[in-house]
This record gives sequence, structure tokens and C-alpha cells, in this order.
Amino acid sequence: MGMEIVAEETGSNKRHVILVCQGTGCVSGGSEHIFSALKDALEISGNKEDILVKRTGCHGFCQQGPLTVIEPQGIFYTKVKREDIPGIIQSISSGGKPLERLLYHDTFTDKPILHYHDIPFYWKQQRTILRYCGSIDPEDINDYIEVGGYKALHKVISEMSPEEIISGVKESGLRGLGGAGFPTGRKWESCRNVPGDIKYVICNADEGDPGAFQDRSVMEGNPHSLIEGMIIAAYAIGAQQGFIYVRAEYPLAVGRLKIAIEQAREAGFLGNNILGRDFSFHIDIFQGAGAFVCGESTALVRSIEGKRGMPKPMPRPRTTEEGLWNKPTLLNNVKTFANIPLIIINGSEWFAQKGTEKSKGTAVFSLTGKVMNCGLIEVPMGETLRKIIFDIGGGVLGGKALKAVQTGGPSGGCLPAHMLDMPVDFDSLTKAGSIMGSGGLVVMDEDTCMVDIARYFLDFNQRESCGQCIPCRLGTRQMFEILDEITKGNGRPGDIDLLLELSYSIKQSSICGLGKTAPNPVVTTIRYFKNEYEAHIKDKRCPAGVCKMD
Amino acid sequence: MEEELLEQILASYSGQRNELVPILQEVQENLGYLPEKVMQDIASFISVPESHVYSVASFYAQFRTLPLGKKRVAVCRGTACHIRGAPQVLHEIEESIHLKEGETSEDLEYTLETVACIGCCALAPCIRVNKDVTGDMTPEKARKLFNGNGNSGGRNRVE
Repeated sequence: MGMEIVAEETGSNKRHVILVCQGTGCVSGGSEHIFSALKDALEISGNKEDILVKRTGCHGFCQQGPLTVIEPQGIFYTKVKREDIPGIIQSISSGGKPLERLLYHDTFTDKPILHYHDIPFYWKQQRTILRYCGSIDPEDINDYIEVGGYKALHKVISEMSPEEIISGVKESGLRGLGGAGFPTGRKWESCRNVPGDIKYVICNADEGDPGAFQDRSVMEGNPHSLIEGMIIAAYAIGAQQGFIYVRAEYPLAVGRLKIAIEQAREAGFLGNNILGRDFSFHIDIFQGAGAFVCGESTALVRSIEGKRGMPKPMPRPRTTEEGLWNKPTLLNNVKTFANIPLIIINGSEWFAQKGTEKSKGTAVFSLTGKVMNCGLIEVPMGETLRKIIFDIGGGVLGGKALKAVQTGGPSGGCLPAHMLDMPVDFDSLTKAGSIMGSGGLVVMDEDTCMVDIARYFLDFNQRESCGQCIPCRLGTRQMFEILDEITKGNGRPGDIDLLLELSYSIKQSSICGLGKTAPNPVVTTIRYFKNEYEAHIKDKRCPAGVCKMD
Repeated sequence: MEEELLEQILASYSGQRNELVPILQEVQENLGYLPEKVMQDIASFISVPESHVYSVASFYAQFRTLPLGKKRVAVCRGTACHIRGAPQVLHEIEESIHLKEGETSEDLEYTLETVACIGCCALAPCIRVNKDVTGDMTPEKARKLFNGNGNSGGRNRVE
């Protein structure tokens, strides 16, 4: 297909484009209706020759949704309603003033900001994986191709050997973005080196952490980026079949992935003899049925096999050696795959320039909780929590004092306000007792009770324990019950030591990552907020006023 | 009717053991839950013991073995929702529709459940009614949304 046709189809010959966000957040605010009403209105007002309406994925600033952006100027409208449509069209077609009431107002100065690239929430980020989420139509492969999509696939198939691809990924320093941070290139290499004709590539999109939605946003906003990454991985390790394991709770992501896979197949990027070469690769979608533990690789694999999603006990071979149906299987996270085409096109050095010595590239976070600007953000690895929360996030909601930041979801921990200048990367977070995890970052203020938060996470973990090993099944339950009693004012002296002792035993003796990390929220809250536990136990008082003590 | 529907659904599967989860999902999508007889038929279709089908159906949070209400109200209990007031929203809905978490009204009008995370954390706290998500919930909003829609008081456990 020639570039001119592409240009015509995507409407770049039109003078103005109205981008309407269709991520889950904006859809909940009615953006689907705004999209169709805009199309109807342009039809009626006779402006459809000049103005194109385009559906996009998540812009990231979900809290301000439904969002629309007017290109080429980059005018950013927030909280758009149907009633605003005539005014928006009028201001574009007459070249008049933008609608000030729809503009974003700065959190500090309260002044309106016209362009999205002038809003601190955006310009203080470094959007790489998310770069095209919010500007391309996720349901149109031509939009992805127009911004350089599938060039990396062309390049590897025509110019590169599998070994060259793997050494490029190794040199980039990319580490698994599902949370554990295992070096991606090494994983690929070990999977390639396992003998065997049948191998699998699986994209782990079982984003089960409460408080995290970055994988969902990539799938909804730029599904082809991860599909292209998967195809390149398959070519590098010698796989013929791939699966995207995505939560059934993400219907919009599932729908967009299905469309993207079909379009990639029609374009010859998936299927038999890809781009005319002796290389075939197919992708199927598997919908996870709601089990947090299935984020663990061996549990995920068992789930695809039609079994209960319970992790395989140690010692066991790695999934790269014996995975799905006991064949070598490469499993990476959505964002890890989405980085691959960028590394191929821009080079390993380009990627390795970003981030810290041991954590390269960027990190995508769901910034939520008691923060002014909630949404999806991307920063270089090693950025400080202070910059993320105050510069990008606009500070704590309602001018309250920051108490803690929770990272890594139910397997992570709560870091206190005095650690704000800590760089956020894999190793620093682990050292502080938390983890990077899949990238949830929940801001907590003075009104958040840390004992209640620990209770909340242990409740989650004991519900999600698969029940296979005793330390996790019974231990997390015991911890939850102790915490529950403390929050009800029935804490006993010695409870803190008992919690720490249980934490140690569960960490030591559980068979999988869920159990080994389940006590983290308790250990970190005791380490950094012991006084709150003591107030609950000794004084029968909740300093934040959250727990009801009878 | 159930049998006919099951037959139609199974026609697109080959009877492999690994098709179990997708089959259960499709059946539940159409019937709203997994009746015992249907699970028995699925077991013979993929040639596994009935206990295996039940063990998988009971493992995953998505599957239901009792019928659900027409309106499935799911309150998100994700971290962001929790610290922005989800427990109060849940409490208010429980009062308004006279159901506790995990219950279905006898007239099959409502089911009230909680979910780990809808992924709309920037709009916390949020709820989902069938497929529609509503963000920025407050107890007052919840009361308005469900006011006068309460059931008569009869209820069943879902699980």
C-alpha cells in the first residue's frame, strides 16, 4: 500500500483531527457517545471534509476524562460532554477561540493551559512505550504502520539473524517489566538454546494487581506494539505459536487485540510464511478467568492447559525449558514486548542511555490514590518519587500531608514520605523492602491508616492464595485475622512480633512468588509505621481515624 | 434449552482438555452461570472426570455455579478505590438493595459482588453495573443510583 493511500485513509489530508479517547476510563464517562455524536454533528454541519474524528486509546490523564485533543494544534479538552460538541466544532471551523471552560487548569496557579504538551502532567514525562497511545487509532493497523509500525519486523526478517536480535536485546539492558526484572535478553537466549522444534511465546497480560492498569492501556491504545514484539521474539527463539493471556475483566482490551491480530494476519505479519519468508507464527488470545496467582509463570501455563492455576512446586525446570505442554516457553510482560520494536529500530545504545546503571529504559506507572493528577505515566527508570508525585502528579489531593507511597501492589510495600528522594528502579525498591511489581503507585495521605492498608492487602492475598501450600494458605489467613483484630481495637501485646515471625516463616517456606511476597505490605508498614500499630494496640486509637474501635 | 445451547457452543470446539476454560467462559456468557448438568456434559465432552471440571470452575473467581441477578453490581475493591472510600460505597449499596457482598436477590433482579480491580483507578472509587463503569462514586451517589430499586429482602448466596 502506497503512502498516499495510507494518508488518505487515516485522514491526514484533512485540516483538523479531533482525537477522542476511548480508553476504559473515558468510556465510563461516555466517550463512545461523544465519538459518535461528533461524527453525526460533522455530517450535519457539513464540516466532515475538513475535520476528521478519530478514536484513540488511553491518553493517560483518565481523571480528566472524557478527553479530546484537537490536532494539529494539540488543544487539550477535558471532561467533555455531548453539549460541548457544537461549540467545539464551531471554534475549529471558524478558527475562533478555543473553549476555555474545557481546558485543563493548572493545579498550582489555576490558570488554563491550552496545549497538552504544556501541561506538567505530560511534559515532565518521557513517553516511549506510551508514545502513540492516545494519538493512533488502535483499531486501524494503518495508523500504526504510518508511525513506523512493523518496520522492526521487516528489519529483523530481512537483515538480522536470531542471534543478532538476542544480542541486541541483551546489550540494551532491558529487564522484564512484569515486576521481577529478569534480564530479557538472557531469557530469550536460554529459551532459544533449549533443543526442540516446538516452542511457545506467551504475553503475560494478566494484570491482576489492584491499582494497576498500565498493561491494559497499552493493549487498548497500541495493541500492535506488543504483537510486533511477540512476532520478533518468536522469530528469535524459533516459536510457531503464541498466546496473549489477558484478564477477562478487560473486555475492551480483548476486543482491540482480536481486531489487531486479524489485521496483522491480513497484512501478512502473522500466519504462514510471514513477509514471504520461511517463518510462520500464530497468536491466540486466552482469557484469564480471574485468579491473581496466574500472573506466576507456571500457574499461567497450567491455566492455559485447562487446569487449576496453581504454581508448580520447586525444584522445577524453568518455564523457558519446560513450559506450556512441557515445551520451551518464553513468557514476557506486555510492556517488555512493546519495547522490542523500539530497541530494534533505535538501537540498543538508544535504549541503554535511559535509566540507571542496572535498570535501563523507562517505567510505566499507574499513579493513583490521594494525588491531584491521577493517570498513566511513563518516566525514565531511576526517577525520584518526589518528581513523580509532585511534578507530574501535582502533589497530594486537597493539600494534605503525604504519608506513604505504595508500590508493587499486594506483593509490594509502603514507603514513607522521608524516602521521597529515592530513585525508582528495580534494585532500590527491593532494597527498601518493596518491589517494582507491575507498576502500581498509590499515594497515601495523612487520612490513610497504615494498619488498615496492611489488613487490606493481607485480605487480598489470603483470598488469592491458591491453597496448595500450607504456609501461604494458613499463614496469610492468620496474619489477616491478627490485623483484623488490631483494627477493631482488640490488638494484644506481642502481636507485632507475632506478625513478623509469621512473615518470616511464610517468606521462607511458601512455594511460589505470591506466598514469598505476601507478607511484604505488613513487614514494610511495621518497619516504617510501627507507631501506628502501637497506637492501635496499646492506646486503642487509630491515628488516621479510619478504624472503628468499639 | 440449556442442552441445545450447550450443543451449539460445543460444536466449535474439538474436545481437547485445554479447551475447558474457554468453554466454561462461553457457557457462562450465555447462561449467566454454570448449571451442574452442563458441567457434567462438558466433562464427558472433553473426557475428564466431573470432579476436574468442578475443580477448575471453583478455582477461578469468574465462574458461578448459581444463577446471577439481571443487574450485576460489582464494587471495585482495588487499592486506589479502597483508600478513596470504596468500603463506604459498598456499605451504602448493601443498605440500598438489601444484599450483602456475594448475594443475589430471590427475584434474580440484583447480584452484589466485589472485584479485585476494574482498572479505572484514576476514577476511584468506581463500580460496574453489568458492563458499565461509573467512577468517582460517593455514598450519596450510590444511594441515588439504587434508591427505590431495592429488592423485597429475599436473598441467596452466590457461591
